[in-house]
Amino acid sequence: MSSDYDYSDEEYDDDEEMLDAEDGEPSTASDEEMDIETDDIKVISKGKKKLYEVEYDPLTQAEVEDLMRGDVENISAIFGVDATAAALLLRHMDWNKDRLIDKYMDNSAAVAAAAGVSPASKASSPGPERPRRSTRSASKTHRKVDPAPQPFVCPICFDDTQVETSELSCGHAFCTGCWNAYVTGKIREEGEHRISCMGEGCGVLAPDNFVLKVLDGDTETAGRYQELLVRNFVASSRNLKFCPYPSCTHAVSCHVASRSSLATVVPTVSCGADPKHKFCFGCPIEGDHRPVLCSVAKMWLQKCRDDSETANWIKTNTKECSKCQSTIEKNGGCNHMTCKKCKWEFCWVCMGPWQEHGTAWYSCNRYDDKTGVSARDAQSASRASLERYLHYYNRWANHEQSAKLSVELYVKTEKKMEEMQLSTALTWIEVQFMKKAVDEVEKCRTTLKWTYAMAYYLEKSNQKELFEDNQRDLEKAVEDLSELLESPIEAETIPTLRQKVTDKTVYVQKRNEIMLEDTAQGYEEGRWKWNTPVEGYD
Amino acid sequence: MAAVYMRRLGKELREIETEAPPAGLRLLKADDFDTWIFQIEVLGDSLYRGERFALKFRFDNTYPFSAPAVQFVVDSQMRAPVHPHVYTNGHICASILGEDWSPTLSVISVCITIQSMLASCKKKELPEGNDTYVRTAPDNPKKTHFVYDDDTV
Ligand SMILES: [Zn+2]
Ligand SMILES: [Zn+2]
Ligand SMILES: [Zn+2]
Ligand SMILES: [Zn+2]
Repeated sequence: MSSDYDYSDEEYDDDEEMLDAEDGEPSTASDEEMDIETDDIKVISKGKKKLYEVEYDPLTQAEVEDLMRGDVENISAIFGVDATAAALLLRHMDWNKDRLIDKYMDNSAAVAAAAGVSPASKASSPGPERPRRSTRSASKTHRKVDPAPQPFVCPICFDDTQVETSELSCGHAFCTGCWNAYVTGKIREEGEHRISCMGEGCGVLAPDNFVLKVLDGDTETAGRYQELLVRNFVASSRNLKFCPYPSCTHAVSCHVASRSSLATVVPTVSCGADPKHKFCFGCPIEGDHRPVLCSVAKMWLQKCRDDSETANWIKTNTKECSKCQSTIEKNGGCNHMTCKKCKWEFCWVCMGPWQEHGTAWYSCNRYDDKTGVSARDAQSASRASLERYLHYYNRWANHEQSAKLSVELYVKTEKKMEEMQLSTALTWIEVQFMKKAVDEVEKCRTTLKWTYAMAYYLEKSNQKELFEDNQRDLEKAVEDLSELLESPIEAETIPTLRQKVTDKTVYVQKRNEIMLEDTAQGYEEGRWKWNTPVEGYD
Repeated sequence: MAAVYMRRLGKELREIETEAPPAGLRLLKADDFDTWIFQIEVLGDSLYRGERFALKFRFDNTYPFSAPAVQFVVDSQMRAPVHPHVYTNGHICASILGEDWSPTLSVISVCITIQSMLASCKKKELPEGNDTYVRTAPDNPKKTHFVYDDDTV
């Protein structure tokens, strides 16, 4: 079995629906397309792969175990050792098969001893290759039935009524009760899959079959042991990564995320258990940080941490109406605010009048360097740089906050729609367009959020202007859809609302597509220039 | 597990009480199976000649499958030895108390190891980063993940 695993028939891609939307014919968006219940998710062919996507395979824990077993069987066959010994050898070499084969061919006895397959003293004894037996029978069990001259007394528990003993290849015998307590403690208390012999200074490790035998049907601990083995396998494999979502056991196999490729590719992957389980294969960020590169995203997050105190006031959820100064709480994802008291309409982000944002949509996404210049004249450059940072941070944080709020809004809306479903002739499927739209808004706000991190580090140029044009178009589309989602829902207007929301959703998908595609292409063409040194980028 | 823990400590205690413990060791307190305290001194030629320390063992029912929590007593009367592997709060960095623990080791064999660790000391100095460690250390030294850089302990 080669190390190239192909699970393409399992491939799942939640951007599949975007393809349908690409023609830009919103009116054709039918129930089937908007139906989130559809389970015949089509396999995306390799040729259709978008520039901003990487190839990867989502894996269930069982599939990861298959890969692990494949490596073990492979080594077992090559070396002529049993599978449990092969597993110990592989774990010793951090699952690097090539290195193991190299070293083992060079000096199998030394490697077997270092891996805990056989006792060290035997291995250091002179002589050519060790007989195969030493690795084959890593464990033995003796039932002491015949009355031996001296009854066995376990050197750990000193309980001479214990008659069943077990030992590893080193021959250090202990009663099976002690083994059970020891192995159970290692696995459950210490979370350790490397279980060495209980003998003092003995480096022989318990192979899997021995562990399972002394656990004696304790399936819970055996399950935990298996999980620890799989964790170790995935952690050692450069091409595998576990889904970081809490209690998710799925993993992803991806071969493109080498260090050098991370200068041009953002390897966002999804584990397959849930389309929302998106994470980055190239860095520890637990989410989709496209379109910004891993190293730039990391830099940005570090900056946000460093500057969090100064920027904190922005994250607050309340602001004052810029006209009547009454306190306004933001309770939806939309940036179009109306003061309850004075009916003043303004933009949550820039606090400017909403009127100006209406048709000639707004320059809210673009940092105006002129203010920077005047600030520099008037005050210090550090003030200007803080202002510049706050401009991007403000928008970054706002999209993050709004994405969360729109999900809350959806829960409220869903309730309303359910009630409506009871009072009208609408079917459950017919009211699902809202869910689809909210998902899309959340997804695009994630893109938008990271475009601000990217823009902060992009050098001022025509390319950056084009980037910001795309950003603005996406932002406008998202805010429009977001506002639509917050409009009051009446039974009579549902068909119109549904059409509008559906059309907008398709348009937003398209804008997001353009944003991501263009940035990815820019990386390929080397179009993006940074205003600060970026790791792995020149 | 609980049965083994009682039987093992009972047996170890009987042996300590019937056969006198090795030279330089004296059992100060063993009223229960939770905490034992030994007086420990290094006999013969060493940097610690004439000094006496108290070594505290804390057990739970995972003993002897998991190591006891062992540290020097530091209070109004007692101090920890000045040693590159002993922090001023009494915590000891020794691999047999961590990853090299074996259930065949005993309380007395731990005492002997600590004795020889002191006996072989060439220079009285505090561990690197003592102040930082003491400020942030957990109460139970078993919760600390020591990095063992010295094969002699
Ligand atoms: Zn036993
Ligand atoms: Zn052994
Ligand atoms: Zn997942
Ligand atoms: Zn990343």
